[in-house]
Amino acid sequence: MNLARLGSEWSEAFRIALEQLRMHKARSMLTALGVIIGIVAVTLMGTAIKGIDTGFTNSLDMLGQDILYIEKWPWGDVGDNWMMYRNRRDIELEDADKINDWIARNPDSNLRIAVPSNVAVTGISRDDRSASGIYINGTSADFAIINTADLQHGRFFTHTEELSRQNVIILGFDVANSLFPEGIEQAIDNTIRMRGLKFKVVGVLERQGSFLGLQSFDKQAIVPLPALQKFSRSDWRNNLRVQIAPGADSDLAYDEITGLYRRIRGLLPEERNDFEINRSEALEKELGPVKSGLAIAGFFITGLALFVGAIGIMNITFVSVKERTREIGTRRAIGARRNAILLQFLIEAVSICLLGGIIGLGLAYGLKTLISNALPNFPFTFSTDLVILACFLSILTGVLSGLAPAWQAAKLDPANALRHE
Amino acid sequence: MEAVIQIRNLRKIYHLGETEVVALNGVDLDVHENEYVAIMGPSGSGKSTLMNIIGCLDVPTAGTYHLAGEPVDEMDDDALALIRNRRIGFIFQSFNLLPRTSILRNVELPLVYSGMSKDERTEKAANALEKVGLRDRMMHQPNELSGGQRQRVAIARALVNEPSILLADDPTGNLDSHTGQEIMALFEVLFAPGHSLLVVTHEDDIANHARRCIRLRDGLIESDTPIHQPLLSQTS
Repeated sequence: MNLARLGSEWSEAFRIALEQLRMHKARSMLTALGVIIGIVAVTLMGTAIKGIDTGFTNSLDMLGQDILYIEKWPWGDVGDNWMMYRNRRDIELEDADKINDWIARNPDSNLRIAVPSNVAVTGISRDDRSASGIYINGTSADFAIINTADLQHGRFFTHTEELSRQNVIILGFDVANSLFPEGIEQAIDNTIRMRGLKFKVVGVLERQGSFLGLQSFDKQAIVPLPALQKFSRSDWRNNLRVQIAPGADSDLAYDEITGLYRRIRGLLPEERNDFEINRSEALEKELGPVKSGLAIAGFFITGLALFVGAIGIMNITFVSVKERTREIGTRRAIGARRNAILLQFLIEAVSICLLGGIIGLGLAYGLKTLISNALPNFPFTFSTDLVILACFLSILTGVLSGLAPAWQAAKLDPANALRHE
Repeated sequence: MEAVIQIRNLRKIYHLGETEVVALNGVDLDVHENEYVAIMGPSGSGKSTLMNIIGCLDVPTAGTYHLAGEPVDEMDDDALALIRNRRIGFIFQSFNLLPRTSILRNVELPLVYSGMSKDERTEKAANALEKVGLRDRMMHQPNELSGGQRQRVAIARALVNEPSILLADDPTGNLDSHTGQEIMALFEVLFAPGHSLLVVTHEDDIANHARRCIRLRDGLIESDTPIHQPLLSQTS
């Protein structure tokens, strides 16, 4: 095989394709429409799925990838078993001390620390400003160790403040922002009201973003447990957060805390757990169907659009072959091989698709920017592998749709093609 | 000396639905180097078919065709394309230039398919255009030229790869008689030693430029006569 000849055939094919695109601008654009829609669909779906993944990972980091939650209820759907969960014993907040004692006695433990916690949802006000639906986390001063969010201003509360039942509070970013529009740093040492009680602000958390774009982690506040219990005593919401020791295996830690907490609760070997160990990994299972649903919908739309686009391109390439039958004859007469003709029409089809793909990518990028501006919380990520996927799909569509017409052109008899009117 | 074109018992049968059309019914023909042959005959006599087979655009149904000693009838499509590219130059009645493509590009095209580098082929194409007197028009497009000029471009394209056989299928059919004579005169000038030239035509005064005249009828060679041209130099 003569390489120079092959190179010439390729460059001639590209030259012809570009010239055809230039000559038939409207026709090429209309034909590329199917591909454009297909590529927009695949890119947006891919972007959304990727965005959900990224958002999910970020959210898991907020929950704490290394935190095991001992709770009465499991995360996610409980189905028909809700009665069984409801009838379980409440979690004892004092059990945190028992776990910490055990950790202190066992240096090889996979666990690092246990922190008790209870939550309430309530409103916070300051003068005539108020913020409602705030997630109040009552916990111990040890929470500062396992807390995943850094403080932007101020400090965490101390053991002394906790034990002396002082009304001190750390505000989430959004809460501080809405109560202290003049500047969140003004919140420190200021007083806010909650359920008729005065609380002194000692710290403000930095911005964390939202959990899966739904629940904002910035609409929360942290108070000492005794302070929370002054206005909220719902023991069924008690939970213990146990941090895994640095470098320890998550599954070993899970097993260890399960066994340890069974002993603390005095369960007999034949008795089943009457508590739940929740961890952020479990949430991934809940998200699976959402992601695969999106993926199926995305690939269905993409497949359909690309299929329709491919038929359009096949049609226009057949037209092109018909229009230029004499030209094909001429090229064959002066020495073009079958492959050269095949290549010419294949590349013509591929270049229409690639044009559609590039326009589609541009549109998708524009749409992504629009959506991101309108819904800043919606996790949307545009990545290079999506660009590569889109180009690959465009080229594939071009090759598949151009193959039949290009083959027809290539197998034309030169003498007949030259006679064509 | 061995014939450049050696055809024995050549048959070509077309199938049009149920009916068979016999275009060539056993043709024997030898054409030697430096020969200038006119092929004449009424329409349907098979002269275009013969021309297409000689030009490797079509393959015979039966019989043998040797080109410079090689059996063309046994070659595959790629080999035929290579022969068309290197050994044969075509000139058509309707010129068959590529529209919206510069004259230079048109003439370059055979060199593109033979894989020549860009600089080299531009130079060769410009030289070929020089020979037909159109070098100053090389950036023009075919629709900006007259019929005679277009046919001269086609001749430049046919000659650019220095083929040993030049085939012209009714090259003056779309031209007025004066321009037609100009084109034939150009053939005389370009008819270099080592070439063979075959011209299909209906017109006697075009055929008279050749040295040998073959008449076809019903797919057979009816007559094969030399043309004596003492006045050749005066016609051009």
